[in-house]
Amino acid sequence: MMPGMLAYIVRRVFYAIPILIGVNLITFALFFVVNTPDDMARIHLGAKHVTAEAIERWKVEHGYDKPLFFNPEAAGLAKLGDTLFVDKSLKLFVFDFGQADDGRDIGREITTRMWPSLAIALPTFLVGLLAYISFALTMVFFRATYLDFAGVVLCVVLMSISGLFYIIGGQYLLGKLWHLVPVSGFEPGLAGLKFLLLPVLVGVISGLGDSSRFYRTLFLEEIHKDYVRTARAKGLSERIVLFRHVLGNAMIPILTGAVVVIPRLFLGSLIVESFFGIPGLGSYTIDAIQAQDFAIVRAMVFLGSVLYILGLLLTDLSYTLVDPRVRLE
Amino acid sequence: MNLPFQPVVLWSDALLFLLVAVLIGFLLHVRRHEHLRAPWARVGQSRVGMATAVVLAVYAAIGVLDSLHFRPALPAEPGQPVQYGNEVLSVLDLMAKPLRSQVEKTYSAPFALHLYAKENLTLADGRQVRDYPRLKYGGAHLSDERERAGDIARRAVVGVAWGLGLAAAVVLVAAGLLARRNRMPPGDALVRLARAPELAALRSALLTLTLLLVLAGSVVQLAGHYHILGTDKVGQDVFYLALKSIRTGLLIGTLTTLIMLPFALFLGVAAGYYGGWVDDVIQYLYTTLNSIPGVLLIAAAVLVAQVYIETHPELFDTAAARSDLRLVFLCAILGVTSWTGLARLLRGEALKLRELEYIQAARAFGVSHLRILSRHILPNVGHLVLITVVIDFSGLVLAEAVLSYVGVGVDPAMASWGNMINGARLELAREPIVWWQLAAAFLFMFVLVLSANLFADSVREAFDPRAERRT
Repeated sequence: MMPGMLAYIVRRVFYAIPILIGVNLITFALFFVVNTPDDMARIHLGAKHVTAEAIERWKVEHGYDKPLFFNPEAAGLAKLGDTLFVDKSLKLFVFDFGQADDGRDIGREITTRMWPSLAIALPTFLVGLLAYISFALTMVFFRATYLDFAGVVLCVVLMSISGLFYIIGGQYLLGKLWHLVPVSGFEPGLAGLKFLLLPVLVGVISGLGDSSRFYRTLFLEEIHKDYVRTARAKGLSERIVLFRHVLGNAMIPILTGAVVVIPRLFLGSLIVESFFGIPGLGSYTIDAIQAQDFAIVRAMVFLGSVLYILGLLLTDLSYTLVDPRVRLE
Repeated sequence: MNLPFQPVVLWSDALLFLLVAVLIGFLLHVRRHEHLRAPWARVGQSRVGMATAVVLAVYAAIGVLDSLHFRPALPAEPGQPVQYGNEVLSVLDLMAKPLRSQVEKTYSAPFALHLYAKENLTLADGRQVRDYPRLKYGGAHLSDERERAGDIARRAVVGVAWGLGLAAAVVLVAAGLLARRNRMPPGDALVRLARAPELAALRSALLTLTLLLVLAGSVVQLAGHYHILGTDKVGQDVFYLALKSIRTGLLIGTLTTLIMLPFALFLGVAAGYYGGWVDDVIQYLYTTLNSIPGVLLIAAAVLVAQVYIETHPELFDTAAARSDLRLVFLCAILGVTSWTGLARLLRGEALKLRELEYIQAARAFGVSHLRILSRHILPNVGHLVLITVVIDFSGLVLAEAVLSYVGVGVDPAMASWGNMINGARLELAREPIVWWQLAAAFLFMFVLVLSANLFADSVREAFDPRAERRT
């Protein structure tokens, strides 16, 4: 590790703090200021026949019975400390997510549910990257032929189909009609492998059009550079030019571009997980949204932001690893 | 005033009309400037560009027709003041009146004569049987069920003939215009229209239009007598729902842009041009917004809006106004999450432009910042804005379906492709499977998004100075 790198990382971590505070303020404003806890209680209790006592009781049960920023009834520092802002927002910074509306600890749920999410998201990411690069490279190898043209047309067609149809179609064809894989479900360990095949396949195919086309443009940009011409002038075969020289250099933007999503793989995919009944963080979030459980949504927003910032940091670090010309200062 | 209807302008209608006005202004502006016209002429030379433009124009026309809203007058006693109904209708609803009013009991397959669920029926001789009942409207004009295939074929042929006739009329008008413009006999113009290589793009457009007219002709002939795409769970015509969804899809794709564009433009250019602390603040702003997972921010904001709407029912006089506000709000929040990409792009470009000699010269002459921004920077980032807007459109249309599935999309009562898919998904487990709702949503969405993607490609090719005009 370079000596400057540690200092750089430390500085970046400090730089992340104001961003996370900003995220916190936005979510707090959305959940507590625009909508008061009273509104929330009313929604949860049903709009009709809500008495003031019922609302108070709901707020006490769920810990919303405090002022937003300033508590005049508390003593000393607790005037600022014993408030909703500290309780619901600042505690996120120490990863204390509190309880969901059903009383379960959100932090515990997250640590158990991230593994199923990862079991789907990581293979999708890796297989996808491999598939997109191979497809793009094949198109570039046959560039300016009908094969290339057909490939691009296929990409545009695939891009124009909503991801929902890939899931529904995959479940219908592979699961229901051909009985190759179970339609949905999850089981940890190797025994659950059969449950993973379809979600991963669907995930890879739904990104195929977009990513392959993008990678194809990256490759084409690279192929017109001087060093490629030199390599050809040396008499190297097209295959070696493409796979040794172009691929290596085009991998820099591809890999560094892909790194940013790695941390977020933990969060899983909302749609895929809910369609395939996978007990991961994606389905946890979608259930929370549908049940209007604001505590979970808030926790996931915060977690997502942290992971995104981590992704940005990893991106910068990966630049230095794959491209020695880049120096972090 | 005793109008037979009361015009209603919903929020989204007003924004849509504003958008149309902006577009027309933009078009007039482009027409007057040679250097702006050139890239559009390149789009006009592209066969794919012109063909897809025709498809998009048809979608847009349906969307605009569906945005002219009114409340019909209720039948009133003579001498009484006119009362208006609570239902908000559009011009499209008027034109497709049979589709809207011919509601069956529940599911029925495309072109079916019978309902999709068995019921207890009493026969003429008083016996009770359990069978599929005849539809109330679908194919009700047939006296004998065996006539169905022949009837459908006959109507389709008549429709195709109508479509071909209309298309021929359009081609003749085009040839006439060409003849007047080039001062040549109409016969020669027709030959030129068919043969000239420089009119290839126009030919593609006319061919697409012909296809659409033929399709429309048969649909008009058939849709009044059959449910050509079946009916949904509550018996509504699926084709009608898919038509109504066009407006929702288009609005999400365009209003979002309209709302986010001023922010992206102003903040992005300001960050790049001024640099320093302005840049820092704006970068902080978009990094923060970017770091929140998009779906979650949208979900959070829509949940909040939903709570607001539910707790303030007194603000909305009709159900349409309520679901409409939710749509506008959804566009706004989608705009908030999507301006960051364009802003970053513009910042980079402004950063580059700022150092160019003509800007330096302008500054040396003492031209004010505001004037430099408006006269020198903005016109030179126009192509970036345009390309981004066109590319974003298809992504937004697709996003609507996903968001509606998550439950944070448009109002569940509003016609949208996302809601159609969502409703159909629950019926996939049925045996035999109810597939027509999905197929309809798929078809309408796919044609729109594919056209938008292809159109975006030809726009990008025409405008991007770096675009590959090589192989």
